[in-house]
Amino acid sequence: MVERFKKGLSSMSASVLAIVAGLFAGFIILLISNPANALKGLQTILIGGWNNGIKGVGQVLYFATPIILTGLSVGFAFKTGMFNIGAAGQLMVGGFVSVYVGVTWTFLPGAWHWIVALFMGALGGMVWGMLVGLFKALLNVHEVITSIMLNYIALYAINYLVKNSHLFDALKNQTVNVAANAVLPKAGLDQIFYVLKGRYHDASSVNSGIFIAIGLAVIVYIILNKTTFGFELKACGFNKHASRYAGINENRAIITSMAIAGALSGVAGATMYLAPPSGMHIHVAEILAAEGFNGIAVALLGMSNPIGIIFSGLFIAHITVGGSYLQSLKYMKEIIEIIIGMIIYFSAFSLLVRDVLARIAKRRKKAEGATSKNEEEC
Amino acid sequence: MSDYIIEMLRITKDFPGIRANDDITLQLRRGEIHALLGENGAGKSTLMSILFGLYQADQGEIRKDGAVVKINDPNDANALGIGMVHQHFKLVHNFTVLENIILGVENTKHGLLQMNEARKKVVALSEQYGLLVDPDAYIQDITVGMQQRVEILKMLYRENDILIFDEPTAVLTPQEIEELMRIMRGLAQEGKSILFITHKLNEIMAVADRCTVLRKGRYIGTVDVKDTTPEALAEMMVGRKINFTIDKAPAKLGEPALAVKGLTVAGHGHKKAVDKVSFEVKKGEIVCIAGIDGNGQSELVYALTGLIPSEGEVLLNGKPVEKLSIRKRNESGLSHIPEDRHKHGLVLDFDLQQNLALKRYFREEMQSHGFIRFDRVRDYARKLIEQYDIRSGQGEDTVVRSMSGGNQQKAIVAREIDFDPEVLIAVQPTRGLDVGAMLYIHEQLIKVRDEGKAVLLISLELDEVFQLADRILVIFEGKIVADLDTKSATPQELGLYMAGSRKEEVHGGKV
Repeated sequence: MVERFKKGLSSMSASVLAIVAGLFAGFIILLISNPANALKGLQTILIGGWNNGIKGVGQVLYFATPIILTGLSVGFAFKTGMFNIGAAGQLMVGGFVSVYVGVTWTFLPGAWHWIVALFMGALGGMVWGMLVGLFKALLNVHEVITSIMLNYIALYAINYLVKNSHLFDALKNQTVNVAANAVLPKAGLDQIFYVLKGRYHDASSVNSGIFIAIGLAVIVYIILNKTTFGFELKACGFNKHASRYAGINENRAIITSMAIAGALSGVAGATMYLAPPSGMHIHVAEILAAEGFNGIAVALLGMSNPIGIIFSGLFIAHITVGGSYLQSLKYMKEIIEIIIGMIIYFSAFSLLVRDVLARIAKRRKKAEGATSKNEEEC
Repeated sequence: MSDYIIEMLRITKDFPGIRANDDITLQLRRGEIHALLGENGAGKSTLMSILFGLYQADQGEIRKDGAVVKINDPNDANALGIGMVHQHFKLVHNFTVLENIILGVENTKHGLLQMNEARKKVVALSEQYGLLVDPDAYIQDITVGMQQRVEILKMLYRENDILIFDEPTAVLTPQEIEELMRIMRGLAQEGKSILFITHKLNEIMAVADRCTVLRKGRYIGTVDVKDTTPEALAEMMVGRKINFTIDKAPAKLGEPALAVKGLTVAGHGHKKAVDKVSFEVKKGEIVCIAGIDGNGQSELVYALTGLIPSEGEVLLNGKPVEKLSIRKRNESGLSHIPEDRHKHGLVLDFDLQQNLALKRYFREEMQSHGFIRFDRVRDYARKLIEQYDIRSGQGEDTVVRSMSGGNQQKAIVAREIDFDPEVLIAVQPTRGLDVGAMLYIHEQLIKVRDEGKAVLLISLELDEVFQLADRILVIFEGKIVADLDTKSATPQELGLYMAGSRKEEVHGGKV
């Protein structure tokens, strides 16, 4: 128990160190682009959501929702030894399916509408993720290749489908609103996270999606650490030969693991596009969802641990929201994105940092051994 | 000039929590083959790492030709003429032999490699010592035995006079071992001094002039090999008398537990890896498949256990299993101690209890509704650890990667035997293990047999074959070429079959 606690602590300290390095890198960019406001800028980033009181905190939770889910998606696949770089595509498929259901299936009564839309979004992502697993298991095609290709297939197929369907609002070049029943409930969160502007409640966009994300993180944690299924997945991730030898069906593990990873990304998409007040809109554009790639950073920073991923997702959302307030300090939008990107990806190198630190410590120990011996001889 | 080319005097080295070398003295004469004998963990590797500059001693000194020298890193060692063939070779696989040999000591002119001189020197050395290495072959295409010779050539090319061989025979076939012995004698005759690390007594008797024995980090003594016996050396190494001949009751044969009929496995090209093999293993019997490595043993075992597809019939207690999945074969009573314990036998990053439960976590006793009952897993692991004396730093919580090879193997043996199999397939179960662990595993295999189970043993070591087997099958190029009773078979006969001689030749005048 003590050992496990120590291990957890050391991986957490590596994450914290990485974050500090990331902030430092971001600070350098701040200095370059606008030295006068650099310190103030760093402060703004660090304060994050609190820049705008309790509403800002709500925004952090709102932005954390999809990246916790894609982080879980990437982290879960990691445990089976798969690098799921296709979270973006799975997220977009999930988002599209849930928008389709949200707009079209108006026959569903009351809350059933958003529940089914969310579920179908998960299913869409699951199919997209499972394709990657099938290619890997049956044809031995590397998952990075298939998932990158499937990202683009998802992007252009969705653009095509949106443009050529009743979902399309040609004036705005985006999808129409989903039905009111298909929007995720706010679960009273708007009554907590708001600021008063005169008599007007300026509420945050946070909604029940954050509960779904945290709930799924807990479920993923339980699957990985408590079940025979999770045991098999981890065994395959560590050593697929030994897993096969022990009678574990390695191909099934790869396919199910990718299917679950895809479903998690699909839920991420659903929570984004079903967010109140009227659902986010799918724009016909040639951009892959950034939330998919940020999931990689979240998973790395959280060391692929589902509980760690909740916190790393919250942290990255915190920084991102903080960054959005930089505009008031006369930073350009593009520069802000570079700064935030730097911080996120520098932080994500925490695994690397931990390895390097371990190596340095080992070398130092060895050097100390050598010097003490020299002293004795002198 | 001193009698000794290298002396390591009163060397002591501490690691956190353990004294790996305690006041050890080793003196190497010019032109001799000096064996360094000890069990796993006796301190041989530490001592050699100190000589090679990988560690620094806490106390003691190293002398070359009588003068004290300091060896701070492998470059210093190399400058003093010390070279080492590591147990795991340090070769670049997609480079040629020649490129590997000159790597790090390349001759260049205007920034371009000058290979011709190097090639001449390598060819000359190869001829001088009878190494027969093709300088233009790629490492990935040549046998392990040849790769070892490349390592030897690397030392010779660097004009090293003191050659360290770290357990060089662990990876070789009997024939390659013979060849290596010949090469080592040749090197010694040419004036090279050789340090030979091993725990195999017959090799020491065959090739070494003197032998220094270590036990648990301490120096036990140095003896002239011609004045000693394997038994005496073993006693020095282990610290107690060793009984090499295991008492084995006569086999009480029962029904066939494993029957194989016409088993065929495809190989590379149109040659079959396993070619229509048929045999039986009865209850209460140890059948050994002997043969030189690479004659289809691995494929045969993989086919039996379901790791690779095959044609033909496999019957377990009369029931066909050849169509079943690996899991179902296991559950029908097939146990398997695999050849490669790191690749197949263990999930190195799992802890010991997870590895011990690797084949039963899904059984009723260890799960309920898909949730693993970790308390049961722990209890089970503790039972096996106690029963099979598996030693590790933190008991059942130890990450297996950090355990010693012998204890890793013990964990696999414990798991597979406790599986209570109908048929136990053991592939080179004692490879790389010291005498103590080896004897222990042999005893366990015999116990399984005496409990009326069938054991199929695959071994490359003739000693092991003769000690354990009730019946010996010889495999050559994927076919079973002989079926011998251990009591009447001789090692010479077996060797001829293993080398591919036909029955008539073996029993004709050629023997």
